[in-house]
Amino acid sequence: MSKLLTVSPSPHINSNQSVEKLMFGVVISLVPVFLASLYFFGIGALIITTISIVTCMLTEMIIQKYLLQTEIRIRDGSAIVTGLLLAFNLPSNLPWWMVVLGSVFAIGIGKMTYGGLGNNPFNPALAGRVFLLISFPVQMTSWPLPITSRMHYIDAATGATPLGYVKEAIRNGETVSDAMTQLPDHMQMFLGQMSGSLGEISALALIIGFLWMLYKRIITWHIPVIMVGTVYIFTGLLWLIDPSKNAAPLFHILTGGVLLGAIYMATDLVTSPMTKTGMVIYAAGIGIITVVIRVFGSYPEGVSFAILIMNAFVPLINKYVKPSRFGKEVKHG
Amino acid sequence: MLKTFPKGGVHPPENKLSAHLPIRQIPLPPSVTILLSQHMGAPAKAIVEKGDQVRAGQLIATGEGFLSGNVHASVSGKVTRIDEVQDASGYKRQAVFIETAGDEWFEGIKSDDILEKDFDIDGQEIIKRITEAGIVGLGGATFPSHVKLNVPRGKKAKFLVVNGVECEPYLTSDHALMLEKGEEIMVGVQLLKKALNVKLAHIGIENNKPDAIRHLKELSAKHEGIQVHALKVKYPQGGEKQLIRAITGREVPSGGLPVDVGVVVFNIGTVYAVYEAVQKNKPLIERIVTITGKDIKQPSNFRVRIGTPISALIEAAGGLPENTGKVIMGGPMMGKALGNSEVPVVKGTSGILILSDTESSRSIIQPCIRCAKCVSVCPMCLEPYLLMPLAQQNKFDTLEAAHVMDCIECGSCSYICPASRPLLDYIRQGKSSVGKIIRSRKK
Repeated sequence: MSKLLTVSPSPHINSNQSVEKLMFGVVISLVPVFLASLYFFGIGALIITTISIVTCMLTEMIIQKYLLQTEIRIRDGSAIVTGLLLAFNLPSNLPWWMVVLGSVFAIGIGKMTYGGLGNNPFNPALAGRVFLLISFPVQMTSWPLPITSRMHYIDAATGATPLGYVKEAIRNGETVSDAMTQLPDHMQMFLGQMSGSLGEISALALIIGFLWMLYKRIITWHIPVIMVGTVYIFTGLLWLIDPSKNAAPLFHILTGGVLLGAIYMATDLVTSPMTKTGMVIYAAGIGIITVVIRVFGSYPEGVSFAILIMNAFVPLINKYVKPSRFGKEVKHG
Repeated sequence: MLKTFPKGGVHPPENKLSAHLPIRQIPLPPSVTILLSQHMGAPAKAIVEKGDQVRAGQLIATGEGFLSGNVHASVSGKVTRIDEVQDASGYKRQAVFIETAGDEWFEGIKSDDILEKDFDIDGQEIIKRITEAGIVGLGGATFPSHVKLNVPRGKKAKFLVVNGVECEPYLTSDHALMLEKGEEIMVGVQLLKKALNVKLAHIGIENNKPDAIRHLKELSAKHEGIQVHALKVKYPQGGEKQLIRAITGREVPSGGLPVDVGVVVFNIGTVYAVYEAVQKNKPLIERIVTITGKDIKQPSNFRVRIGTPISALIEAAGGLPENTGKVIMGGPMMGKALGNSEVPVVKGTSGILILSDTESSRSIIQPCIRCAKCVSVCPMCLEPYLLMPLAQQNKFDTLEAAHVMDCIECGSCSYICPASRPLLDYIRQGKSSVGKIIRSRKK
């Protein structure tokens, strides 16, 4: 035989998956969410998303090229996903330079300091968001009104998020049911007609994205379902105890980024546990911490902090929660 | 719902190009190279010398020690030399070279195809004939069959499980055998049941072979104590432990053998070989080999004499395609890539798969993104993402504690990894080192 043959160990075929395809799948699944943000916030949504993606990609490229002097892996698409998700966690009227700062922090500190893709313990987009929230609390909590602010960017008219409004009302001694009369109804909230960050408003768009990612097997159902379920049960119990001081569970799920967090932020492959049992513990932990912050803390929302806190527990979960090995139990029938 | 093993597994494209094609005999090769170690365990010892005349089915090497197997001449002719040759793994092994002359069979062997249903011999006699015939597991592991049949003291076999799963993509030799030799397989199952002294045999077949399931179900209705099970299509269902779990619900304990849960497993091809050995007095000197690949002109199922160079099979299937990148002995998930096409067919050769240049190139390795797909597909419920770096860093104690020895090397982790990480390459290395450490501890 004249030709040399390739000799390598088995397996000799692979599933033809790649990191690029996974990341691209996430991007595709975010299209409905992006369209919803364009519909409700117009030009601001476009500006924020563009700046965030471009800055994230540039930051990663510059760090890889000049600081680390390694191969530039920008093509894996992970920086695009981080950029998109960071933008979806911001209000549409945030000054452009804050978006740049947040993106640089997300990639530079949140991801590259740990060694880049696959090594970061915390969700980079959330690290960026929380950095901005702590640094610029006023700008980060002024929320443009939906639809009316379509043609405005910085100068958009603002209002409270439903969750913020209810929190404030409870603090002022009003009952939840009084506060609810001032808010959009559940169907409007489900479609996304409320103040909030770009990606958190439309439950419909988020659920479409979720189903797409399930269909493409990018994520499993465990984290989103358990996290949302935990929030529902916990807030439901509180609501049953005192409905005048606590909002209904469905309200909690439709507002304040629970769905965005459950479907896109908590499921980040790199920063979530490796076993199904681990995922359940992690997701339930996020749900509980979210409600604790919302109900007993000073922030109206709690999803970002809850996810970052549980991110810190992931190595511990991975160490102690092992798959149930084959052949561990001997069954005699 | 179809039975299957509960955790892990993948479903690669099946690509059963040669399914439903009849088994064809290929012309006798001008010479054969018969390896002396075609089985797990010690190599057999040659009892012929250069210049000897042998006939097909004549014993040419005897099994040495507890774990070994007899080897027979597969053609008639003259022993030209006894020398080293490269085997499928690339090692130099002793082999007997025979130049073919005519097709004379050793006395007492019935080389015809007439079905012989009835038998009246006891279990010990069956095991004796199987031992003499040099039968080993034909699924690929080549474990000597007589060793499995001699159930260790204190243990008891309750069921026989027959593996007709053929979960490897491309391969169809077992499928073809089930379609054409169903009656013989039933007799083989009865013989093995008698040898093991069990009342019930389960035959497991994946649901992508409905014709074989139907055929064997019809035949088994006429036999007592044989059940045919349709299984969900999922790799590695043909793994012994996965198959037992799928059919009986029992889990072979870590480090244990099937007989620990009262089961003995034989491949469908082995069952047929048992039939031939006992009923036809024919030693294991030929088997069914699938020759396949997307660019092969005529993917086929051949009946091949052991020792035939695989180049002869490739020729018979239309020649080696221009764009060949890899020649694999076995299936794409667990087969061995060969360094040349002169490697002879051995008892464990279930198929020859030709992959093209593009199919044989590996993708660039990317960083682990901790997607956990390897954990979710591992049929042994291990954590490949963890085992690979441990093996790279030679952390053998931790590897052992992480159950690396349970790995069945099915390759599902490497197959699924989106970052194209060569998980199994390193895990296999780690496993081999840990295995050595464990053996040295026992001494």
